[in-house]
Amino acid sequence: MSTLVEEMLKQTPPPSGVKPSAKDFQSDQDVRWCPGCGDYSILAQTQRIMPDLGVPKHQTVFVSGIGCSSRFPYYMNTYGFHSIHGRATAIASGLKMARPDLSVWIVTGDGDGLSIGGNHMIHLLRRNLDVNVLLFNNQIYGLTKGQYSPTSEAGKVTKSSPYGSLDYPFNPAALALGSSATFVARTLDRDPKHMQATIKRAAEHKGTSFVEIYQNCNVFNDGAFFQFTEKDTKDDSVVFIEHGKPLVFGKEKDKGIRLNGFSPEVVSLKDGKYSINDLLVHNEKDTTLSFILADMTYKSHLPRPVGIFLAIDRPVYESEMTRQIAFAREKRGEGDMKKLLNSGDTWAVQ
Amino acid sequence: MTEKTTQNLDEVTIRFAGDSGDGMQLTGTQFTNTTAILGNDLSTLPDYPAEIRAPQGTLFGVSGFQIHFGSTEIHTPGDQCDVLVAMNAAALKVNVQSLILGGSIIVNTDGFNDKNLKLAGYPENPLKNGSLGKYKLYEVDISKLTALALQDLNISSKFVDRSKNFFALGMMYWMYNRPMDTTVDWLKEKFGNKPDIMEANLRVLKAGWNFAETTEIFNVRYDVAPAKLPPGKYRNITGNQAVAWGFMAAAKKANLDLFLGSYPITPASDILHELSMYKNFGVKTFQAEDEIAGITSAIGASFGGALGITTTSGPGVALKTEAIGLAVMVELPLVICNVQRGGPSTGLPTKTEQADLLQALYGRNGEAPVPIVAAATPADCFDAAFEASRIALKYMIPVFCMTDGYLGNGSEPWLIPDFDSLPDISTKFRIEAEGFFPYLRDETTLARPWAIPGTPGLEHRIGGLEKQNITGNVNYEPLNHELMVKLRIEKLERIANDIPLATVEGKPEGDLLVVGWGGTYGAIKSAVLREQQKGKSVSQLHLRHLNPFPKNLGEILYKFKTILVPELNMGQLIKVLRSKYLVPAVGLNKVQGLPFKSIEIETKIDEILKGKK
Ligand SMILES: Cc1ncc(C[n+]2csc(CCOP(=O)(O)OP(=O)(O)O)c2C)c(N)n1
Ligand code: SF4
Ligand SMILES: [Mg+2]
Repeated sequence: MSTLVEEMLKQTPPPSGVKPSAKDFQSDQDVRWCPGCGDYSILAQTQRIMPDLGVPKHQTVFVSGIGCSSRFPYYMNTYGFHSIHGRATAIASGLKMARPDLSVWIVTGDGDGLSIGGNHMIHLLRRNLDVNVLLFNNQIYGLTKGQYSPTSEAGKVTKSSPYGSLDYPFNPAALALGSSATFVARTLDRDPKHMQATIKRAAEHKGTSFVEIYQNCNVFNDGAFFQFTEKDTKDDSVVFIEHGKPLVFGKEKDKGIRLNGFSPEVVSLKDGKYSINDLLVHNEKDTTLSFILADMTYKSHLPRPVGIFLAIDRPVYESEMTRQIAFAREKRGEGDMKKLLNSGDTWAVQ
Repeated sequence: MTEKTTQNLDEVTIRFAGDSGDGMQLTGTQFTNTTAILGNDLSTLPDYPAEIRAPQGTLFGVSGFQIHFGSTEIHTPGDQCDVLVAMNAAALKVNVQSLILGGSIIVNTDGFNDKNLKLAGYPENPLKNGSLGKYKLYEVDISKLTALALQDLNISSKFVDRSKNFFALGMMYWMYNRPMDTTVDWLKEKFGNKPDIMEANLRVLKAGWNFAETTEIFNVRYDVAPAKLPPGKYRNITGNQAVAWGFMAAAKKANLDLFLGSYPITPASDILHELSMYKNFGVKTFQAEDEIAGITSAIGASFGGALGITTTSGPGVALKTEAIGLAVMVELPLVICNVQRGGPSTGLPTKTEQADLLQALYGRNGEAPVPIVAAATPADCFDAAFEASRIALKYMIPVFCMTDGYLGNGSEPWLIPDFDSLPDISTKFRIEAEGFFPYLRDETTLARPWAIPGTPGLEHRIGGLEKQNITGNVNYEPLNHELMVKLRIEKLERIANDIPLATVEGKPEGDLLVVGWGGTYGAIKSAVLREQQKGKSVSQLHLRHLNPFPKNLGEILYKFKTILVPELNMGQLIKVLRSKYLVPAVGLNKVQGLPFKSIEIETKIDEILKGKK
């Protein structure tokens, strides 16, 4: 006997084959972020790539926690669940286990996903459910009006740290890798093309995709990432890592990253000492390398790595669950409640 | 061989006690299963320490298992025991006061060496100094006899020590005239691939039986005839197993997948263990990283169209609190099963208590009404879980299903229900896009539609922010909030139209009504029955539904001169009854981590009736 869910899916064939547009993914709700907030760009890029993913909106679900970023689902014309602080990852896990047929997205913030929800995040990543995490990192608590977050730099002066924060920040990419994530990437709110490409790759990945998005909170932490996003500085401050390509950066593409032992170092391609052949070539299948690259993050003598650190295959949690169920059914037959109730030691009273 | 006589007994209570490593729980369970199959009515009380292997021979390491069985109806595990099997000095010391005067003690003399006596705090050997003169003392060197039975097998002394419980079991089977088949079959299945271990255990079991039959120590054996239970097919079941099966039956009846999100916690873990076996029923069990992920994953599964449940004990409920509020707000079906234990904080993990009622009723921020269903006996846990699921699905609401450690671990014979005649709890998903609003309610139940992801045209967003009536859009308007708060409360109140009226066991009016809830049912029942036999005007009312209450509850309460509310807490139900019905109820409260003895309730009733003008 098929369950009610299976019956529903049978009764409701998907709508016509016309390819939806970005507009079809916009809900009728007014977007309420502060003008100039980096969240707008993330919403726009996500809506733009949705039609290309080939998943109809009724099969797409956005789950979020609490924070400015977590308002995201209200603006997507898909199914959505704006839940409680830090728990989007766990809610999405249950949803995906119950409904492997759905495309499930998690939208979270640096506070939501790494502070109050840090525990669920690391466990989601090691389990490797086939869901996508978009972590909006603005290095601040936006919704509660500007306290330091677990990604704020040490010494940061905020309302709750007038003498400077004593916390050392998380490096989200390294945390994800340390949690055995199978897809880890970083992108920028002010680089729409890179963001679109990254989110698309995340969607295609089978397993949990973790995408950290540097997002400007122009009200409480304005300019936190300008060094990496603004014209004057970005070329010399960011190295875009791409699978199979050497790590070259700089306005003139005149600098590169070379490995000295296990340590990355910046070399010049101009002074004749090193050529492009000496540079580190990125391999997104190499877990060891992914750690080395992610570790460049807070080192002031190195450019900030942006791109896909790791994309590897590992069995997907809900598929394994489905497989176990199929195995049990094959081995023990479809469960029969009547038989179960009457199983084991029973006796009759006349 | 000596002449052996047989006597008939109506009922008897046996307590097996030993070190936590002595296998007393296993011994008790085996004796219970055999006794159940013989057709006796029974009730059990496992009582074990929180430490897995407490230091050997210590008082706090004593593990006990009490079984009360008979040819009459049995409602409790027995206030006192008639027979105590004590595997060492500490077990004797801890349990001897629960033995009736003139009761029997069967001791393993090997457990009374100097070290044992010292650990148990006996200045001298109680077996030798006549201090047990009020009892019938049977001294058996169980350890030595076990070793003898195994001497020609090549078996370690550690194993010999571990299997001595089967010797004790064999003796008790002989004494109470029970066949060994059930245990023999169990051993064969359990150790099928370890034939030497199976063989050794079988030998020890039979050695115990043969010893009892041949030795001159025992010259009386007892018959306890089958009970006259309602006709039908029976099995023995623990509360935790019954809860698990109740959820499975509900999911099957509703044609939904069952999803359990749970984090291990005593005494609820067995529900997780049980459900994780039934993958072939499509049951999905998820051992989450914590209690919060346990419940929130279940909420996610419910959003996707499964019957989401989470099982835990009090400390876990504390952690789930915020998520329960979310489920109230998003109006999704969910069952939270609380197998209560002694609190607060970590409290008494392996002991029972009913001190989480107010937590279930009020333990959330904001006005967050949650229905509460409570189980009365171990087998009744099946019906409670089924009923909690029914309400959750029909009203789109999170529901508490309350049991406790005593119910969860305790067991009793269960008249196996006919699956086909269980109530129809079928539900349906909203499919039509025409006229769909996420918070447009059913006129009768006030439930909102269950529209699950994957349905074309019903894309919508839910969340913990206040909803606008009907549309479900985020809304902060003052009057809308008040309306929504009231609607959520009214939805809960309407459940009262859909649950059975409360029934009185005994006369519908009189001097005293004993009102209870949860696992105290059996103890209250025994006490009330004895009062009724004494001709006293005493009745009983036991509540299955604690929120909302049955509609006629007030009416019934007003018909009695006095209301007595026995609870294993400092007075929680009584607070609610007093404030809701303004009745001058009297409490009887016990918080010792143990169930009520029926005599405690009987004494209180006598006291009240005596004081009456
Ligand atoms: C249980 C709980 N604790 C605290 C809060 C208050 N709170 C809401 S959002 C937030 C921090 C959000 O920061 P982040 O996740 O970085 O999101 P952002 O607003 O920056 O996008 C906090 C502390 C809450 N909603 N719930
Ligand atoms: S507070 Fe910051 S993060 Fe929040 S909406 Fe405003 S700009 Fe964006
Ligand atoms: Mg933030």
